[in-house]
Amino acid sequence: MNGSNTFKLDGKDIPFEDGDTIMDAALRAGEYIPHLCHNPEFSPHGSCRVCVVNANGRQISACTQPAVQNMEIDNSSDEIMDQRRSLLQMLFVEGNHVCPGCEKSGACQLQAVAYYANMLSPHFTHFFPQRSVDASHADIAIDFNRCILCELCVRASRDVDHKNVFAIDGRGINSHLVINSPSGKLGDSSFAASDKAAHVCPVGAILPKHTAYDRPIGERLYDKQPISVVGDVAAHDQDEDR
Amino acid sequence: MSIEEFISSITASANNQPGHLLQYLYEIQYQYAHISQQAIKLLAEKLSLTESHIHGVIGFYSFLHDSPRGAYDVLISDSITDHMLGSRSLLDALCKKLGVVPGVPREDGRVTVDTTSCTGLCDQGPAMLVNGWAVTRLDENRIDNIAELIESATAVDQWPNEFFRVEDNIQRRDILLSDESNDGEALRSLIDQGEDAMLEQIESSGLRGRGGAGFNTGMKWRFCKQTEADQRYVVCNADEGEPGTFKDRILLNAYADKVFEGMTVCAGVIGATKGCLYLRGEYRYLRAPLEQILQQRREAGLLGNTILGQGGFDFDIEIHMGAGAYICGEESSLIESLEGKRGIPRKRPPFPVTHGYQNRPTVVNNVETFMAAALIAVHGADWFSSVGTEQSSGTKLISISGDCEKPGIYEYPFGVSIQDILKDCAAKDTQAVQIAGAAGFTIPPAEFERCIAFEDVSTGGSFMVFKQDRDLLDMVKNFAHFFVHESCGFCTPCRVGSSLMKDLVDKVHSGHAGQYDLDEMQNIGQLMRSTSHCGLGTTAPNPVLDTLEKFPQIYEKHLKHSSYEPAFDLDAALQDARDITGRDDAGAHLGTKS
Ligand SMILES: Cc1cc2nc3c(=O)[nH]c(=O)nc-3n(C[C@H](O)[C@H](O)[C@H](O)COP(=O)(O)O)c2cc1C
Ligand code: SF4
Ligand code: SF4
Ligand code: FES
Repeated sequence: MNGSNTFKLDGKDIPFEDGDTIMDAALRAGEYIPHLCHNPEFSPHGSCRVCVVNANGRQISACTQPAVQNMEIDNSSDEIMDQRRSLLQMLFVEGNHVCPGCEKSGACQLQAVAYYANMLSPHFTHFFPQRSVDASHADIAIDFNRCILCELCVRASRDVDHKNVFAIDGRGINSHLVINSPSGKLGDSSFAASDKAAHVCPVGAILPKHTAYDRPIGERLYDKQPISVVGDVAAHDQDEDR
Repeated sequence: MSIEEFISSITASANNQPGHLLQYLYEIQYQYAHISQQAIKLLAEKLSLTESHIHGVIGFYSFLHDSPRGAYDVLISDSITDHMLGSRSLLDALCKKLGVVPGVPREDGRVTVDTTSCTGLCDQGPAMLVNGWAVTRLDENRIDNIAELIESATAVDQWPNEFFRVEDNIQRRDILLSDESNDGEALRSLIDQGEDAMLEQIESSGLRGRGGAGFNTGMKWRFCKQTEADQRYVVCNADEGEPGTFKDRILLNAYADKVFEGMTVCAGVIGATKGCLYLRGEYRYLRAPLEQILQQRREAGLLGNTILGQGGFDFDIEIHMGAGAYICGEESSLIESLEGKRGIPRKRPPFPVTHGYQNRPTVVNNVETFMAAALIAVHGADWFSSVGTEQSSGTKLISISGDCEKPGIYEYPFGVSIQDILKDCAAKDTQAVQIAGAAGFTIPPAEFERCIAFEDVSTGGSFMVFKQDRDLLDMVKNFAHFFVHESCGFCTPCRVGSSLMKDLVDKVHSGHAGQYDLDEMQNIGQLMRSTSHCGLGTTAPNPVLDTLEKFPQIYEKHLKHSSYEPAFDLDAALQDARDITGRDDAGAHLGTKS
């Protein structure tokens, strides 16, 4: 319709266009709302809930909620930050995230959002699930211990690569990522390092082989600036400095 | 018949539609006791789906398996009311007799014994399913007989009929259950009045959804009608998964014509030509009789093309089976499931009324809602709205189970007090009533004057009674486990939170928790309530939060009187070692339990 639609994010006027979600409009205006399963290149998903905001008194996920004229959104109160921290802690204890030993450390969005949300400990009891590592593919390894079920690889492989290499199996706490190949191994699938799906994982679950420590820890994307400033790791995929 | 031929025959009957995947899987499961890799491969080729997609669908539904179950797949209902009737010791007895452990097929492939979520037979439990067929009134005797029938490899259709007898058990009738109108009367009234006038009738009756949420039915139909589309759909939600609810089972058994007629009225009003009844897998035994009623209605001109001779009034109904997933009662999960997929709730907006089945405008209503709509079409809006309260017109079917002398189905005008219901079902010394199921409210005696109504205690129909000497924490524990089993796993707070909650409830229950753990339960519950993606996660913490507030004493007596207890239990950690060595004597335990 017209460009004069706005809503308020922490008191600031944010312009939006018809069809925008709160997340779309905020990101365009340069405002950071923490997120993990959202990537602006894909249709919104709404599963991690880390983008929780309070809109007109109700908690909603910013990545799926359509923007509405004059709505008032709380993106930073203690209540909201506490809830995000708890959700992040849940993701940490659900999988096996040993940051000091992870190749992705410093360029991992889960870690970076956790820093942003001031998460200092996992708080909850660890689940220590038994999950495997699949190194069968020549160029890409997949470590299921670190998968947070954001389904970005599922979406990328389905919607961009048109290969459907990934899917979710199981239900509830037993939900898990699976690979579509006769053996269930990545090496047996049609996956290629040039696939979009190889470049969207926000954590250290899908990793390129051979180049892991080309950039030393301490000099990586989120080692230098917080995620609220530099944004998603996927958006820096081609950068020299990630 | 070879498996190729079997799969060809079932897929051909529904034109090889990928959307029918769940229905094909259901048929294969019951034919072959599992869905083999070969079957998955054949289906993937026929339907142009990936094998991992098919695995994902199998992995989502409790009744589907990609590894063999026993030839007799026995599932004992694990609802709290079944527990109270002794289901757990019957399960142990059956396992012992057959020489199996729960969930693991016997080595000879003969039998699997396991538990399943509430089977909707709480008024005649303990209940079980054998290869999908419901068996009621289990007792030691019946368990002995069942073990013998399985050992002697007697086909299930040769088992005594008595085992499979399911009673309606109607204890109180009001305007719905005492209806005597003729089949087709609602449709004649629709034709006489016209769609617009009929929609106004439904609106002015004040009818609200009977499935739990209580959305205004007329308004839902109008939104759907107003949305431009080449096709609209009518879906009847017969998933009835809320523990303790079994009133839709009675309606589908004794009043199915009225339910189908309500769906047909809806179709006429909104302009739909196709409808679906989504029937929970637990009600497998109702499918054949329902198909027969649909056929009779077609023959009587009440369904199919040119209904009652009206050119352009075409509508038919298909039955889709669920396969063990409580979440598929949520309307958008139900639609995903109808489309043959994993039952993951959709984002909203958009809502099903504008973007539902096949992305077309879809009315999803509960079984009881459609029956009420049919009778409003016959008797008029005033007849209906003169009963009940101002905000909740008409009557409500209540499914009563638990500690009372007369469990069963009770139809009451809205506004009836809990107290009066307890008197009618002859409940004595009641400690609490759990209303609206595992996701509902725990009501203490001080609140028994409250009423069943949308504006007070709102319920889809579940009403479970607990007498004084029950440990209510058993109920809380049962529900906490139920939600871990039934969470779809899509969103973080429900997927992870329900597991954390279950562990904490177990910790309290086993006498290892302190005040810190109760505070933790409160925090996790609040987080699930406010940040979950769908109604399952937002309501799953209700029993914990409600009882923490209204029944603190049930926690108090289990608590250790220190504020903090470690999550790690040294003695429990030795269980594996005890299992391996076969020891369970005092020397094999650490003195951690005081
Ligand atoms: C977890 C969950 C389970 C549900 N299960 C059922 C069910 O078994 N039957 C039902 O009619 N509605 C169920 N509902 C409500 C449906 O989403 C929907 O509101 C209802 O079918 C609409 O019909 P009504 O307006 O006639 O009640 C459930 C909702 C949730 C969130
Ligand atoms: S592998 Fe990565 S992208 Fe794929 S679901 Fe897991 S966390 Fe998301
Ligand atoms: S709340 Fe989330 S995990 Fe739970 S059933 Fe709904 S979508 Fe699934
Ligand atoms: S970013 Fe919104 S739910 Fe994950």
